[in-house]
Amino acid sequence: MDGLGIIKGMGVTLKRFVDTYLEDIRWWGKRYYTREGVELRSSAKTRGIFTVQYPEEKLITPEEFRYIPFLVYEEGPNGEKQDRCTSCGICAKVCPPQCIWIVRTNDPNTGRPIPEPAEFYIDVDICMNCGFCAEYCPFDAIKMDHDYELSVYDRRAKNIYNKERLSKPVSYYASIRPTNYAREEKARAEEAAAKAARKAAR
Amino acid sequence: MSNEFNTPGYDIPPEMQGQVAITTLDKIYNWGRRSSIWPMMFGLACCAIEMICTAASRYDFARFGMEVMRPSPRQADLMIVSGTVTKKMIPQIVRLYNQMPEPKYVVAMGACASGGGPFKEGYNVVSGVDNYIPVDVYIPGCPPTPQALLHGLITLQKRIDAQSIKSVRWYQKEGTEVVPVPVLGPDIMDPREYELIRKVAAEKLQKEQAAAETAAAPTA
Amino acid sequence: MSEQTLVAEDIIKTRFGEAVEADGRKGYEGYLVKREKLVEVATALRDEFGYDYLSSVTAVDYLPEDKIEVVYHLFKSTGGPSLVIKVDAPRENTSVPSLVPVYPGAELQEREAWDLMGVKFEGHPDLRRILMWEGFAGHPLRKDWREAYFEEEGKPFKSRWPDGHVYRIEDKNPFAKNVDYPAGFDPESWVPEGEAALYAGMGAVDVGSNLRTDHVVVNLGPQHPSTHGVFRMVVTLDGETILKLKPVMGYLHRNHEKIGERNTFLQNMPFTDRLDYLSSMSNNFGYALAVEKLMGIKPPERAEYLRVIMAELTRISNHIFAIGMFLNDLGAYFTPALYAIQERELILDIFEAVSGSRMMCNYFRFGGVARDLPEGVLEKIRSLVVDRLPRKVDELDLYLTNNEIIRARGEGVGVLTPEQAIAYSAAGPVLRASGVPYDIRRADPYSIYDRFEFDVAVRYHGDVYDRYLIRMDEMRQSLRILQQAVRDLPEGPIQEGKPQYQVRVPAGESYGRVEGPKGELGYYIVSNGKANPWRYHVRAPSFINLTALETMAVGDKIADAVAILGSIDIVLGETDR
Repeated sequence: MDGLGIIKGMGVTLKRFVDTYLEDIRWWGKRYYTREGVELRSSAKTRGIFTVQYPEEKLITPEEFRYIPFLVYEEGPNGEKQDRCTSCGICAKVCPPQCIWIVRTNDPNTGRPIPEPAEFYIDVDICMNCGFCAEYCPFDAIKMDHDYELSVYDRRAKNIYNKERLSKPVSYYASIRPTNYAREEKARAEEAAAKAARKAAR
Repeated sequence: MSNEFNTPGYDIPPEMQGQVAITTLDKIYNWGRRSSIWPMMFGLACCAIEMICTAASRYDFARFGMEVMRPSPRQADLMIVSGTVTKKMIPQIVRLYNQMPEPKYVVAMGACASGGGPFKEGYNVVSGVDNYIPVDVYIPGCPPTPQALLHGLITLQKRIDAQSIKSVRWYQKEGTEVVPVPVLGPDIMDPREYELIRKVAAEKLQKEQAAAETAAAPTA
Repeated sequence: MSEQTLVAEDIIKTRFGEAVEADGRKGYEGYLVKREKLVEVATALRDEFGYDYLSSVTAVDYLPEDKIEVVYHLFKSTGGPSLVIKVDAPRENTSVPSLVPVYPGAELQEREAWDLMGVKFEGHPDLRRILMWEGFAGHPLRKDWREAYFEEEGKPFKSRWPDGHVYRIEDKNPFAKNVDYPAGFDPESWVPEGEAALYAGMGAVDVGSNLRTDHVVVNLGPQHPSTHGVFRMVVTLDGETILKLKPVMGYLHRNHEKIGERNTFLQNMPFTDRLDYLSSMSNNFGYALAVEKLMGIKPPERAEYLRVIMAELTRISNHIFAIGMFLNDLGAYFTPALYAIQERELILDIFEAVSGSRMMCNYFRFGGVARDLPEGVLEKIRSLVVDRLPRKVDELDLYLTNNEIIRARGEGVGVLTPEQAIAYSAAGPVLRASGVPYDIRRADPYSIYDRFEFDVAVRYHGDVYDRYLIRMDEMRQSLRILQQAVRDLPEGPIQEGKPQYQVRVPAGESYGRVEGPKGELGYYIVSNGKANPWRYHVRAPSFINLTALETMAVGDKIADAVAILGSIDIVLGETDR
């Protein structure tokens, strides 16, 4: 009971306090409001001020980050949208809280289903951001978004996302998940090549 | 600083810009309130951990004047409903809400508080805290990351900015409505719905009796 | 069946004769015990066979066979595999003798089985509802009990695809809410049972003194800054001294088990994240082990290493957060917590990069993990576990351990003796701080923990201060494991076979357990060969550790109750499930 422990402990806080200024001087001008500054503060080397000043600066989102799912569509040369989704329903089946609703399109003449969703809904008041839909989609048609700034005043009107709200172009997907996109495109190209080779062999 | 307050349309001489502002009472009133929102220290579930992280050094909502988290509802302006609201907990939440003085705001953080979330189907889960108390901002996500929570709080600030001292509910004659506290019965009961409960339960009884009669009929 | 279990079976058969019978159902293990012989058999197993640690008590509703089965998992506190005993009871007027006199650790678990499954435990000292409230209609985990938002027996629901016209389920309920009332119910005539039974048990205590004093009953919680969520303690006080303490929980009862029995096996994985939301990777681990045991598969080498790396990182992040929050409870508001959360954030960054989410990782799959480490993450893990975290743990040590206030508040407070700790089925740091070196990673090794060199942390005083110290020790041991795992991480596949969303799980039962940061985390799963589990039960360490709370707190001051609770380190998501 001599108070030495408390004094030693205060030494730790004092050291941290001094570190703050040393770090600021050391990284003068580069530490705040720059990408490398945010990276530095998120690295294992970080010392001193740890705060990332959202909304002026934001943490760097890792590629695998997941929030609400979105649907990917291909852009045609004239701006037409071609859904990747074939409404196979795997995402709706695998969804743990069952928040995905899909209406399949039926051909008006034959009544047979055609591979395109007529309607697609996600109830984001139920969605648990688990990422299963994106993981098990065989067509790379549904992916997890990076956008987390989704606060609303009225959930009843806004929080069931329809197909229009969910759809985003491939270019957006490629921009948020470049590695995944490159890997998938490569696999697709290989598959197409293999298919062509099989055809030629036949 | 003063530029933030300026109401457009008034000519302020260049040499006085930055020192003088012509503004409205609403703007000053709202600025004062939105810059010192004190949240209640009140965590429910997973989202509460993200709320603690938002209060900690990396996200630090002290930058918004929100660092004074009050454990007592009497001193709080903002209730962040951070997590799954259960039927067992809702009477307490309503009571806490009633104890908060005006002006008060409620943020439903995360899917569970907004609409039940992944646990919506559960027997002890309230599908949306807005079934009982009014909610100002809903933040989707499970759980919302600290930055998403900050975005929600900024959204709340925007809502405060849009209010007018003339129309805010706490200066109206009728005052604020007290939300009746739900009662734990065979299931959670909202005192405002007793009439409806009785009616639906009576219909159910009738249906059951009719079903029993038809089941008994062939043997008779 | 191995030689050893055969011999054990013979011994048990000869010892108990007609009272026990080996469970011969395919995929099941253990013994069926006659109801009237249960206490006798359990006592003998404890005293003669050394099965002194009752890990889990739960009930299974076998609706088609019209019976309810209560399942007990027993272990030896010196290590080794489990012994499972089961008791059958009819579904009407279900009753089973209580094992609380033999294993006090059964107290809260039996209350839970009564609450959710409607099993009356004869001789239980305080059989009240625990997760739901008194007066709630029915026992919800019975298979024929349906909630207001009931859609179908099993997922996926047919209404979602191919004709999934969206609606909100509340719009189909007459109250637009998640409620349902018995037929002919009249709310006006309802007299709430309230908490009369609870308060009746809290009454005056004879303290054996001639001085007449009034005792005060105080409620801490459910909204209280120190209860780590929505936990409530009801205490009877004599002045400031605690005479009685009852935990009240269920304020975050999210029906994991009911929902889990409707989910497919894979769909439960993200739900396990939300049990102990501070250590989701460990939760994934236990569940994956339990299901893999049933499926009879093993993940490839690299996946095993990744699992260990993630589980140990989780342990560090959990313990460092627990220490920060514990200091909050002691009144050191908020600096130690800020330091702790900073390190936790850096670990969460790794989880986010690997799994996509900071807290709800959902990273494990049956037979592997979801994805390999992205580029650069291994370097970050290495720099953390080799360089930064050892330094930071030392810094925290210097900062807090010898602080006189912490010692004064912690030493000799909330003592739990080793005998009590075992009897109350305490687990994890609480058990080891009481001088019982029981760590599942050593006592009953799973995954590849037998390959790593580490010590089982153990402390001997069983007080609040030792429960703080043991978390420091465990972080250091975790760092040792991590350094070895990162060094030895092999290349190779991360998933056995192709990833699939519909797994075939053969009929049977399994109990998978891991040493989670809070203690023994077990999953008891019964499969009937269908797509969703027939029974899904979680043996939650936070929940069962609370059984010993009263014993720890009685005799201490009311302010210490907060410190004691902080030192147990509970997470309400897991306590209430």
